[in-house]
Amino acid sequence: MSASAVIPAHAPAILPSRGGIAGALSDTFWRRPKVLLFLMLLPPLLWLGIVYLGSLFALLLQSFFSIDEFSGLINRQFTLKTYGDLFQAANLDIIIRTVVMAASVTLASAVVAFPIAYYAARFARGKWKALFYLGIMLPLWSSYLVKIYAWKLILAKEGILTWFLDKLHLGWLLDAWLSLPYVGGNSLSVSFTGTFIVFVYVWLPYMILPIQAALERVPGNLVEASSDLGASPGQTFRNVLFPLALPGIVAGSIFTFSLTLGDYIIPQIIGTSRLFIGQAVYAQQGTAGNIPLAAAFTVVPVVIMGFYLWGAKRMGAFDAL
Amino acid sequence: MKSFLKTCTAMTLALGLSGQAMTQEMLKELGKGEGQVNIVAWPGYIERGESDKAYDWVTSFEKQTGCKVNVKTAATSDEMVALMNEGGFDLVTASGDASLRLVAGKRVQPINTDLIPSWKTVDERLQNAPWFTVDKVHYGVPYQWGPNVLMYNTNVFKEAPKSWNIVFEPMDFPDGKPNKGRIQAYDGPIHIADASNYLMAHKPELGIKDPYELNEDQYKAALDLLRVQRTLVGRYWHDAMIQVDDFKNEGVVASGSWPFQVNLLKSEKQPIASTIPEEGATGWADTTMMHVEAAHPNCAYMWLEHSLEPKLQGDLAAWFGSNPAVPAACKGNELLGEEGCKTNGFEDFDKIKFWRTPVSKCASQSECVPYYRWVSDYIAVIGGR
Repeated sequence: MSASAVIPAHAPAILPSRGGIAGALSDTFWRRPKVLLFLMLLPPLLWLGIVYLGSLFALLLQSFFSIDEFSGLINRQFTLKTYGDLFQAANLDIIIRTVVMAASVTLASAVVAFPIAYYAARFARGKWKALFYLGIMLPLWSSYLVKIYAWKLILAKEGILTWFLDKLHLGWLLDAWLSLPYVGGNSLSVSFTGTFIVFVYVWLPYMILPIQAALERVPGNLVEASSDLGASPGQTFRNVLFPLALPGIVAGSIFTFSLTLGDYIIPQIIGTSRLFIGQAVYAQQGTAGNIPLAAAFTVVPVVIMGFYLWGAKRMGAFDAL
Repeated sequence: MKSFLKTCTAMTLALGLSGQAMTQEMLKELGKGEGQVNIVAWPGYIERGESDKAYDWVTSFEKQTGCKVNVKTAATSDEMVALMNEGGFDLVTASGDASLRLVAGKRVQPINTDLIPSWKTVDERLQNAPWFTVDKVHYGVPYQWGPNVLMYNTNVFKEAPKSWNIVFEPMDFPDGKPNKGRIQAYDGPIHIADASNYLMAHKPELGIKDPYELNEDQYKAALDLLRVQRTLVGRYWHDAMIQVDDFKNEGVVASGSWPFQVNLLKSEKQPIASTIPEEGATGWADTTMMHVEAAHPNCAYMWLEHSLEPKLQGDLAAWFGSNPAVPAACKGNELLGEEGCKTNGFEDFDKIKFWRTPVSKCASQSECVPYYRWVSDYIAVIGGR
């Protein structure tokens, strides 16, 4: 007279438990597949939620506190005063300086990267293609700091570039450029021009690779058809090639723009000592102990990049990644 | 039974409380070592021969006392204060800007100098220095000190410059060319103190008594001076090695600097020398201080005693380009050499205004500009505002 023998036909098919903890667990997972999914997703979700988003929100929270003017202690009360401080002339200068630098670095990277990517995508074959990839990636393997220090020596007043230009009797050209306001300075290595050159050098690979990927997807017969229909090379470029490569350029610009926006090492070693956003964050949280202002400063690139990515998505940049 | 338990609880509480009170008192006698000591230090301050075999003042200490030395390096004074607030450390090599903050925050304990036999060998000029002595109680043991010197190129300056004006005012250098673009300044807000030190000598009508205690008018005058300096400076120096490079490759011929860079450039046979001009100079002095809840007090005291050993003091001075807190270290040290102390500015103690954190409640006047404003305003000055 066992239980299974008298189960009516309409009863649910409940199998007897297999016993043991492992068996019970296995049964639970089989009956409720969502529990298994939940358990498997829990660790990465915790990581994303606590470590990643948590720290971001902690940062955001800090930026709504303020520093007490007299004691220098953090006043943990909600206020927008710290964001108001961002609009002081000196701080606004820092933000504008950084954004202008990031924009010009991005523009220059695109101009330099396009022909290189075009050659790599259209003409390089076999061994040359491998060599090309190596050439692009090799600088990324060596230490970032070593490269910057090397550039400092190249751009120095008594460095190789000045020497070379003097040999070509072009020293006057360099001097004329350096005597310009704002971009000039005492030597390339202590001017914004120097900072700009090194930024372009360091971030260039991040621009070349997405453009190349985009160009490789442009069918060759489109370009041929365009010239068959009587378009000049310039017209073909403007009306066919460029619009099709644009998502790649925008994708590359996300890298160059955001990386320049956040970097604080290059402007510290090469440049005029005028601060960029990254350095301002470092100075405010380190030496000044003004963590709210540092946090408010870090929110600036987050907001700028938010708008930038929104615009880039509309231009189809994410299809080219 | 119940009352007995109550008595026990009360006694435990009392003992616990008195134990806490005891930690504020200084140690009366030394016991056996606890096997280790944890120290927060500036990079390069506690060397065990890992950077250079000749510079090792830890291994012998560990052998003698059986106290293992654990070092946590900190890059800024703020970081040191934060680490000491966290706890878990016995000692810290605090600079003048951190030391009084630590005392005020009750993070460090008074030191019983009777337990440190070498105390009497400490430089008399340092023994009661105000940056670690409060109400005649010593909150630490001097470790090293050094001036911020004026470094210059001897090809341009045949004679040592007499004044700091060569890095503050526009002028032509002895070689006939202007100083614009050929000078540097320190990329830290504390450089405002150098400017006010200069004004103290040249604009007595401002009435600056102490370069770290400035009222609004004095502070404004110092910033105005620094704005002039901004037009002359190509790049401010932040990293010692970059400054060394700028003197070699960038045509920089004069700047405020540390003996460390001067010694390094001299060792590379560069035409470099340094001086302390007539206005005097700013400088730093570090003190080894003991945490109020130090878990290894005996080993800590042993290290304090060891830290005053002439051999260690001399070796460290040679390594760091600083000055020993023990005058005896200047003589007969192989690494430092006979002239080492003189080179590092040992005889210029009286000309130095040692580094302190500017606070709003200052001694020389009713109210002063606090440090956090020094930071934001110095950023603005460098930015050209």
